[in-house]
Amino acid sequence: MASAFLKLTGIGKSYPGVLALNDYSMEVGPGEVIGLVGENGAGKSTLMKILGGVISPDRGTIEIDGVQRASLTVFDSMSAGIAFVHQELNLFDNLDVAANIFIGREPRKYGLLQLVDSEKMHAMVQPYLHRLGANFSASSAVAGLSLAQQQMVEIAKALSLNSRLVILDEPTSSLPLSEANKLLQVIAGLKAQGISFIFVSHRLDEVVQACDRVIVLRDGRLVGQLAGEAIRHDAMVKLMVGRDLKVVYVGPRDRPGDVVLSVHDLRTASYPFQRVNVEFRRGEILGLAGLVGAGRTELARAIFGVDRIEGGALKLDGKPVRFNTAADAVKAGVFLVPEDRKAMGLLLDFSISENITLPNLGAYAPMMAVSPEAERKQAEKSRAELGIRAPNVSARAGSLSGGNQQKVVLAKWLAMNPRFIIFDEPTRGIDVGAKSEIYRLMRGLADKGVAVLMISSDMEEVIGVSDRVAVMRLGWISRVLERAQCSEANILELAMGAEETIEREFTGEMQC
Amino acid sequence: MLNLKKDTGLFVLIIVVGTVVALINPLFVSSINIANTANLVGLFGMFAIAQAFVIITGGIELSVGSMIALLGVIFVDLIANLGVPWQLAAPLVLAIGFVLGLGHGLLITKKHMQPFVVTLCGLLIYRGVARFYTEDATAGFPFGVRFEDLEFITTGRTDLLALLTGGAMKSISLPHSFFLMLLLAAIMWMVLHRSVFGRYLYAVGKNEEAARFSGIRTDRVVIAAYVICGVLTALSAIFLAMYTRSILPSSHGNFYELYAIAAAVLGGFSLRGGEGSIVGVVLGTILLQILQNLVNLLGIPSSLNFAVSGSVILIGVLADQEYAAFRKRRALVRSRLGGQERAPDKVPQAAEPTS
Repeated sequence: MASAFLKLTGIGKSYPGVLALNDYSMEVGPGEVIGLVGENGAGKSTLMKILGGVISPDRGTIEIDGVQRASLTVFDSMSAGIAFVHQELNLFDNLDVAANIFIGREPRKYGLLQLVDSEKMHAMVQPYLHRLGANFSASSAVAGLSLAQQQMVEIAKALSLNSRLVILDEPTSSLPLSEANKLLQVIAGLKAQGISFIFVSHRLDEVVQACDRVIVLRDGRLVGQLAGEAIRHDAMVKLMVGRDLKVVYVGPRDRPGDVVLSVHDLRTASYPFQRVNVEFRRGEILGLAGLVGAGRTELARAIFGVDRIEGGALKLDGKPVRFNTAADAVKAGVFLVPEDRKAMGLLLDFSISENITLPNLGAYAPMMAVSPEAERKQAEKSRAELGIRAPNVSARAGSLSGGNQQKVVLAKWLAMNPRFIIFDEPTRGIDVGAKSEIYRLMRGLADKGVAVLMISSDMEEVIGVSDRVAVMRLGWISRVLERAQCSEANILELAMGAEETIEREFTGEMQC
Repeated sequence: MLNLKKDTGLFVLIIVVGTVVALINPLFVSSINIANTANLVGLFGMFAIAQAFVIITGGIELSVGSMIALLGVIFVDLIANLGVPWQLAAPLVLAIGFVLGLGHGLLITKKHMQPFVVTLCGLLIYRGVARFYTEDATAGFPFGVRFEDLEFITTGRTDLLALLTGGAMKSISLPHSFFLMLLLAAIMWMVLHRSVFGRYLYAVGKNEEAARFSGIRTDRVVIAAYVICGVLTALSAIFLAMYTRSILPSSHGNFYELYAIAAAVLGGFSLRGGEGSIVGVVLGTILLQILQNLVNLLGIPSSLNFAVSGSVILIGVLADQEYAAFRKRRALVRSRLGGQERAPDKVPQAAEPTS
C-alpha cells in the first residue's frame, strides 16, 4: 500500500450523555476501498461529519499529507480532496448532468454578460463520465436517470473537484441488485485509478464484494478490522453485536391477550409485490426491526390509512376493516405516533392543549363551540399523567424539547380510547431521561390492554422494550422472534440477511 | 390564535387615519359619507370574509370578481327578464356559488391542482361566460321595474337607534349591506374561532400533513372552505347587483378578488395559511375603504387610488413583520438572561427506567 494521505489519531467526540466516538484512529491511502460497518448509533455518522468538517472532534488529530490539525472545516475537507455521496442525493433533477456537476462554478462566457458557457461545461464533464463508464451523457436530464446513475453523477462531481477520497453513505440501500452491482464496478474501476473510497453500508454482502478492508464500529469504538479473505458476513456481525444494552427489559404484567388487529397479505406501494402478514395482540409490545428502507414506515402508514394499500386486508377484532383515511383509523382506535413528529405528529404553532384535543375535538365542543375550559382540563390531566414539562398547557408545542413534544403526541392518543398504537421511531432525537419515560408509558399502555407496535432502528431499544420482535427486510416480515430469541445477532442476521436468503428474495423481486 | 394584538393595532391605525382625515376634511364624518362608506365596507366585507376562509387554509380564490360578474348577470336576468321571483332566484344564485366552490375544492383536493391555477382559470372562464351570457351588453332592469322588498333588503337603509327608541333618538341611517356584513362576520367569527370546523381550518392551514395524521379529513375541510367562499361570494354578488343596478359584464367586479386578498393580508392573514382572524379581515376592509375615501376627500388625484392602497399595505405588512421579528429577538434575549429557570427537560429524573 502506498503511504497514507489521511491519518486520524485518537479521535474522540462526545455529546451530552453519549460518547459518540472514542479514541478512534485510521489511515487512508490511495486506491483503497474501506468498509465502515456498525449498527445505528455506532459512531459512523459522527466519523463522517468529522471528516467532512461539519463537526470538530474533542480530542485527537487529523493529519492530511503530513500536516496535522485538530479539526477540519468544510473547506479544508474539500480542498483535501474528500467528497461525500449521501444516501439522499443532492441533485437538481430539473437540470442536466453537466449543470449539476458544475453547479455554483459554471464556466462563463461573453465577459460582462457572464452567461453560462454550456458547450464548454458539457465538454468538461464528458471525460469524467467516460472515466466512470457511464452510459448517459453530460446533457442527459437528471430526472430521467436511475438512482444508480444519479449516484454516478455525484461521483463525477467528486472527480471534477479532484477528490481522492469519496465517502459513500449507504449508497446501495435504495438500489436494486443489478444497479448496485454496476455501482460496485464503478468503484472498482476508480480504485484502479488511485481514488479511495469509504463505503458505509448495511448490506454486508456488498461490503464483502467491494472492500479491501473493513472497520467495525460499536458504541463509538473501533472493535475490529478485517482485511482480504477475512471479510466475511458472519465475522462482521460477530464484531458488530455485543454492545452494552442499557435499557432494562420490563415484561408485561399479564400474558398477552387476544389479537386486536391483524394484517393479511398487505401490500404497500413501496414493495408492491411483497405480502405482509402480522398480528398484534392486546397487552403486548411488538418490536419491528429492520434496516432503514425495509418498508417499516410504509407498513405503518398503510395500516393507519394515510397511504393507499395495494392489496390485502386488515381485521380488527376478527372483523374486516378498511381505513381509507387516517380519520377512519382514528375512529376505530388505531393510532400512529409518526416518525417525524415536527412535520406530522404535531402542529408546532398550536398550543399543547390544542394539539391534545385536536383528534377528538368534537368531544370538547358541547353546543357546537369548543370549550377552552374543557380543553384545558384535559390538557392538565394529560400533563400530569405523562409528565409533560412545560410552563403551562397554552405554551406553543414548538417551544418544547423533543421528549416533551413526543409526550404531547402521545397525549393526543391517550386522551382517546386507544386499541392499537404504532410508535414509529418513538425516541429518535430524544434525550436519555425522556427515553425511559416513553418506554414506561408504552409499557403502561400495553398493560392497560392496548396492542403496541414499536418501529425502531435502535437495537438497544428493540431488545430492551419489545415482548416479541418482528424483523422486516425488503418489504416483508421475514420472521417474528419470541422474547427468548431476541438477541442482537439474531435480529441483525435477519435484518441484513444471510447470503442464501438474499439470493432467493432478489430473484423473487426480479420477476416483478 | 386570536390575533388580538394585530387587530388592536389595525383598529388604532383606522382611528388615527380617520381622525386625521376628519380634521383635514370634515366631510369625512358627514352622515352621507359615513353611510356610503359603510355600504362599501358591507359589500366588500362580505366577499373579503369569503376569501378569508380560503386563505386560512393556505389557498387562494382568484375568481371572486368574475364570479360576482357572472352571478350578478344571472341574478338580474332571472328576476328582470325571466320573471323568476327573487325569493327563488336568490337561493338559485347561492346554489350556483355553492357548486362553483365545490368544483374548485374538488379539483384542488382530489386532483391535486394548485389553488392558484384552478381559480385563475375560474377567473377567466366565469368572466368569459358572463360576457357571452349578455352578449357583452349591460345587464340591467327595464325601466320602471321595481322589486321593493328586495331593494329594501339589499340597498335600504335603517337608523338602528331610531328604530330601537321608536324614533325618540336619531342617528345615521346605515345601509343594510353593512348590517348584513356585521351579522355574517359574527356568524363566521363563531365558525372560525369557536367551532370544531374552525379549528380544523387553522390546523389544515398550519400543517396539512400533521392535521391529517391527527385524524382530520383534511380534504373535506379544504372543500368546505371553498364552498363557503363560493356561497358568500354569491351573496355579495346579489347585493352588488342590486347596488349597481346595471352590470357591465366585462368590468363588473374587476379586481375584487385582489381587494379581498388585500383586506385579508392587511388584517393579519398569512398567505401561507393558518393565520388570521375575522375581526382582522373586517378591519382590513374598513381601512381599505377609508383609504379610497381619503383619496377623494383630500383631493389626491384619483388615479393614485391604487398606489395609495398598495403603499399602505406594503408598509403595514412590512412594519408588522419587523415588529414581530423584534419581539422574537427580545424574547430570546430575555430567555437567555433568565435561562436558568427554564430548560424544562433538565429536571432531575425522578423515575429512573424500569428495573
